[in-house]
Amino acid sequence: MSQQQEEQVCDPKGSRHIGTHIFLILFTIVTLFPVLWVIKMAFRDNQTFATDLNPLPTEFSLQNFIDIFNAPYFGQQLFNSFVISLSTTIVGVFLACTAAYAFSRFRFPGRQAGLNAFLVTQMFPGTMMMIPLYLVLDTLGLLDQTLGLIFVYSTTSIPFCVFMLKGYFDTIPKDLEESALMDGASQFTIFWRIIMPLSRPAIAVTALFSFMTAWNEYVLAATFMSKESAYTLPVRLQSYVGNYTTEWGHFAAGALLVSIPVMILFFALQKHLVGGLTAGAVKG
Amino acid sequence: MLFLGVLMARVELDKIGKRYPNGFEAVEAFSLDIADREFIVLVGPSGCGKSTTLRMVAGLETITTGEMRIDGVRVNELPPKKRDVAMVFQSYALYPHMTVRENMAFGLELQKLPKEEIRKRVEEVAERLEIKELLDRKPKAMSGGQRQRVAMGRAIVRHPKVFLFDEPLSNLDAKLRLQMRVEVSRLHHSLGATSIYVTHDQVEAMTLADRIVLMKRGKVQQIGRPLDLYDRPCNLFVATFIGSPSMNVVEATIEDGWICGDGFRVPLDARWQASVGQRIQLGVRPQHLSLTNEISGSLQAQVEVVEPMGSESNLYCRAGKNLYTVRQEGVSELRPGDHVNLSFDTAHLHLFDAESEKRIGEQA
Repeated sequence: MSQQQEEQVCDPKGSRHIGTHIFLILFTIVTLFPVLWVIKMAFRDNQTFATDLNPLPTEFSLQNFIDIFNAPYFGQQLFNSFVISLSTTIVGVFLACTAAYAFSRFRFPGRQAGLNAFLVTQMFPGTMMMIPLYLVLDTLGLLDQTLGLIFVYSTTSIPFCVFMLKGYFDTIPKDLEESALMDGASQFTIFWRIIMPLSRPAIAVTALFSFMTAWNEYVLAATFMSKESAYTLPVRLQSYVGNYTTEWGHFAAGALLVSIPVMILFFALQKHLVGGLTAGAVKG
Repeated sequence: MLFLGVLMARVELDKIGKRYPNGFEAVEAFSLDIADREFIVLVGPSGCGKSTTLRMVAGLETITTGEMRIDGVRVNELPPKKRDVAMVFQSYALYPHMTVRENMAFGLELQKLPKEEIRKRVEEVAERLEIKELLDRKPKAMSGGQRQRVAMGRAIVRHPKVFLFDEPLSNLDAKLRLQMRVEVSRLHHSLGATSIYVTHDQVEAMTLADRIVLMKRGKVQQIGRPLDLYDRPCNLFVATFIGSPSMNVVEATIEDGWICGDGFRVPLDARWQASVGQRIQLGVRPQHLSLTNEISGSLQAQVEVVEPMGSESNLYCRAGKNLYTVRQEGVSELRPGDHVNLSFDTAHLHLFDAESEKRIGEQA
């Protein structure tokens, strides 16, 4: 038995990994520190910036949350965010699924050019599209309208979603579709009854991505929504940061509230984020 | 015979071909008339076009030339669902998110059959294939053999006119393959359905087929009953492909009444229409080479490898530049390095022209 093997037998838990553990713990602390700090500020009863390095809450007050709920248009803004994010997710994922399936399975003129075009759109920063999109929405009369943001978010999230879903569709064995064809299924039946159920993990990730993108987006929402009643939550949050004063307590409480739906969605979709759905389909 | 509602069908392939847009010709002018209940096996090495031919019959590949008819009706333009054919895939291709019952019922649901009829058919076939206890399992919870049975069940339950099998046993281990081969044969005899079966395994072809179609590079080499291909291969390729171990082939020349080669001289049977001086390839199957004590007229060789197979042994013997495979009954006492004398069974020789590699004509 070599010396290395002996060490492994004597030290199954691997004290050799102590360095790795210390490194990981350090990064976990660095990652969690700002989050804990936001939680601490949210539960304080004042609006000053916490300069204390201790990230653990030292007092417990719900005043910041109560103030936010009582702020004018908060309910409307929460509703706007939900409607826009959910609609973006539904429209975006549906269009991305159908487009990705076509890109994955069919060979048609312009297929490669289309894929390249999708890739190119990902190379430009979102703010670059601000002015053209503003002009488009203005022409369509969709400024200050939730429908306007739904259009913008859905279309901008589609390229990434298509790439993600196409990658997954490519891994589904073609034999399954041919088998369904032999069984007498139409192309739509194959898509709906074979491909969609098998793609649950990819669809869940894509839906989560779409929802989060729309839910957290600030720049475009702040540009296209000038009326306070049309704001989304990120725009509302930004309004707590002023030129001369910043309401840090309200800002922190708002940030926590905004993150709750995303967490709920994540946990709800978690069971679908599993691999191996195609196990047993084909040999190998 | 009409068992489990299987319909009979005659399939005619009239010079069908497949040419891809890049100009590659996968299948050239394939013609075959398949009778009702006939079991046809397409066999050949990888890339010979056998699977493409099957996929053309299935409707999964377009037919670029020629015409295909089922019961006299042209089906070239019909999609798979309108051809009334069922296919068993090499990879099983079971729907992984559905149970066995749902897998088998899927095609019937699409035909909008009554639920009771679907249930009855599924259970009937499941019982026949001995997979009734698996009906509520999903494919991932089954072994390869069980999945293969389900794949066959899914095809049978539809009562198609024609069954297509695309190398259905090649993913199974040797023992299971043998079991399933017997099962396929048994099913064919009880269902009596027209079947087209693709394999690269010549043993499967020999044991299952009513007729074998041997292909190479998109072209049909020979069509015939298994023993026709074995006993009278039309060219060198067929001769070496069919039979295990493979036929011995050595270069030789025709001399006056003799076949002469490297280290041997064998009398030429009068039935062969070979001309003096003609260069040939002489073929002899391993069981038609025997060990002899007579030195005169025999081929002197040295044993290189001995393969004991239990009931028989394969000897690989070197004679000059040629390596011969010899089949010996029982367990061989010979060891590598031993010297032996080999004798040809002149009644079972195969002669092929060295240039064209075609079988030399024989007088009836």
